[in-house]
Amino acid sequence: MSETLLEVRNLTVSFGRGAGRNVAVNGLSYELARGETLAIVGESGSGKSVSSLALLGLLPRQGAQVEGGQALFNGRDLLTLSDTERRKIRGDRIAMIFQEPMTSLTPVLRIGLQMTEALVEHKGMRQREADEKAREMLRLVELDDPPRRMRQFPHELSGGMRQRVMIAMAMALEPDILIADEPTTALDVTVQAQILDLMRGLKDSFGTAILLITHDMGVVAEMADRVVVMNHGVKVEEGEATALFAEPQAAYTRRLLAAVPRLGALSQSDAPRQVVEAGAPVGKTVLRADGLCKTFAGRGGLFSRGTATVAMSDVSFDLRAGETLALVGESGSGKSTSGRAVLRLIEVDEGQIDLEGTDLRRLGGAALRRARRGMQMVFQDPFASLNPRMNVGRLVAEPMTIHGIARGRDLEDRVVELLERVGLEADHTRRFPHEFSGGQRQRLCIARALGVGPKVIVADEPTSALDVSVQAQVLELMLELQQSLGLAYLFISHDMAVVEEMSHRVAVMREGRIVESGPRRAVLNNPRHPYTSALLAAVPKPDPTAVRGKIPPLDLEKLPMGPLSEVEPGHWVAT
Amino acid sequence: MTTETIEAPARPERPQRAYAALFRSPSGAVGLVIVAVLVVCAILAPYIAPHDPLVMAAGPRLEPPSLAHWMGTDQFGRDVLSRIIYGSRLTLMIGTIAVGISLSAGLLLGLVAGYASGWTERVLMRIVDVLFSFTEIVIALACIAILGVGLVNAMIAIGIASIPFYARVTHSIVLVEKNKPYFESAVAAGASHARLIFLHLLPNVIPTLIVIGTLGVSTAVLAAAGLSFLGLGAQPPQPEWGFMLSSSRDLISRAPWMMIFPGLAIAITVLGFNLLGDGVREVLDPRQRAR
Repeated sequence: MSETLLEVRNLTVSFGRGAGRNVAVNGLSYELARGETLAIVGESGSGKSVSSLALLGLLPRQGAQVEGGQALFNGRDLLTLSDTERRKIRGDRIAMIFQEPMTSLTPVLRIGLQMTEALVEHKGMRQREADEKAREMLRLVELDDPPRRMRQFPHELSGGMRQRVMIAMAMALEPDILIADEPTTALDVTVQAQILDLMRGLKDSFGTAILLITHDMGVVAEMADRVVVMNHGVKVEEGEATALFAEPQAAYTRRLLAAVPRLGALSQSDAPRQVVEAGAPVGKTVLRADGLCKTFAGRGGLFSRGTATVAMSDVSFDLRAGETLALVGESGSGKSTSGRAVLRLIEVDEGQIDLEGTDLRRLGGAALRRARRGMQMVFQDPFASLNPRMNVGRLVAEPMTIHGIARGRDLEDRVVELLERVGLEADHTRRFPHEFSGGQRQRLCIARALGVGPKVIVADEPTSALDVSVQAQVLELMLELQQSLGLAYLFISHDMAVVEEMSHRVAVMREGRIVESGPRRAVLNNPRHPYTSALLAAVPKPDPTAVRGKIPPLDLEKLPMGPLSEVEPGHWVAT
Repeated sequence: MTTETIEAPARPERPQRAYAALFRSPSGAVGLVIVAVLVVCAILAPYIAPHDPLVMAAGPRLEPPSLAHWMGTDQFGRDVLSRIIYGSRLTLMIGTIAVGISLSAGLLLGLVAGYASGWTERVLMRIVDVLFSFTEIVIALACIAILGVGLVNAMIAIGIASIPFYARVTHSIVLVEKNKPYFESAVAAGASHARLIFLHLLPNVIPTLIVIGTLGVSTAVLAAAGLSFLGLGAQPPQPEWGFMLSSSRDLISRAPWMMIFPGLAIAITVLGFNLLGDGVREVLDPRQRAR
């Protein structure tokens, strides 16, 4: 291996002091060689981000302290440098890109100014030279019309474009090390694939070493030469990516890899995995949505009308008892809007929503509230979807209280029963939501939804805020509940691998329209719409040996977005 | 099925924690002590006050502070200390009544407007905006012009004048909370309007309003003192602090103690409620709670 660029020895970082002291990183050591990509992988709370923030002196000043260790870079210990010296290295020799491209650019300054600032500061360039360099970098990150981009403000760019700008800014200084903290987590999967391609390309042409911090095993497999696996602040395993994926040594790594959903695992089966013996079969149709349309009026000014956004246009689907229909798409595709519309959390402009023969759109007031008993929702963010001021007992009991299903002693018993059903304990009823972890909260949400005995559960990205091992447990629970209770799920997700694991049928959405729908096996194994194929191709595979070519850019203008036509029984594609 | 390890340490009951936290923040502790002293003075006034606050010639007139009269006497020979102690009753009354009026009305307006949305919201909030465009003291003066001069009317006037402020704050909190998934989740569960407002919105609005209300007490006390100073609030012989200030105006060079002590009382009370408000905010801050 080539020369070692960065050597971290026994790094220990803690938060708080005294009895509340919490060691976030405990004796972490690794080496980073010139030109290699080292991935630091772990779930939330593993200390993966904290360890790299410590290198750059970016830890919160209050509360966090580096307790020991060294980080040798060019023979100097980064951890003991003065603020001034560290600032010189930061941005110049070591650059960093963050997870959230929406907030890591200053909103009030033009892109050009933000890009050239560091060049003038660190490289002593004149503004002219810096402008020239910035334009060249924007070309390198494949943004069109660099001179125009330089004059734009961050809000004029999409998330993917902003992340490109961030990368261009970081690489303009030709750093030795690029620290990328979850660089693609906030992006859509097709954009993620492009950004990863871009980072790989730049790494090769600049010879930069990348320290990639991520929770996503697919991204690791695609990018990393070597991998450090962390858990609870401790390094549990380190090795070459191919070896680590093929033969993980540590038990934790094996568990982590086993929990990662793999696209294609169920390609030979029509239904999700059976987790219950003799589960409820797919029954008759319980929910039918027909021609749903929704346009959000733009907020116009005093003299202008504002531009309207079409969130849903002619969206139709049906859902049978015991069946999961997955609504798949990227951000802005209208999949969440459709889920909410079905529950009438959003009023649609046109169309019919039919739940077991009742037209929900005709109902009002009390009748609608009664009908809501048949449909419940599980939200994406388990931290915001539980009222923080109600205890668990009341939260789980609430829907049953509303519908007068049980009261008093009986109600308490049912709450306990539900908690145990979703894998929580009876004595949790007196606690408040903030005392639970994300996975536990999602179980609470499910328990809450189950109380009224719904026919349909709309699950809006129920596991995308969770760690993969927790995700696997929650998905397992959902499968088990479906198969034993005959629930119908409208499962909204952007994650193709999760969709494959959960669903019987799939509807792919783009820009408010369903562009392809049909049995899961047919749609995922034999996609007929170019957009579906692109989505599937973009999913990073948790297997370093699978070589993926560069994904051809999708010509978005020419995608067929017309009415659906049937290409094989039950399989519909937009023309 | 594998269950994740369930670990959430047992916590003491919530109120206990809140008090303990209030004492842990230095400003909260000081504020709490000041307000507690004020409350004790108000309750036990007849027992602590050395003299009757109203009886004239309890001592010689305009006597400087002495052992018999710690804060001196006024131009009618009334004991200033006793008047200040009794005045704490009026001060607390002003604070609670004025804030009570503005808080409850503002809360109701803001809740209804924020929850209802659409036309109701627009009309209600525009009315609030119009009221907001006048200084509070102007509205208070207008109310007094209608209701007539007097301490109780002054309290009501001050209360009415700050309704728009509370309405706006409530409205903005409601708008934030209404867009959180837990609210949608309750709607999806089939909750009625009353349930949504009183069980889901209200408990999430109240903590912020408690903080603002605590801070508002000090504003109300100041405003009442101001109105009394102008002769629109407390009337003789009420021992109201602002009124005591105004009646000492002509004697400032001969008997400065008549002005200094009521002034100090007002200042310390305002400081106390401000500190308490800050302390309460720290305690109710979700980030603090999460620890």
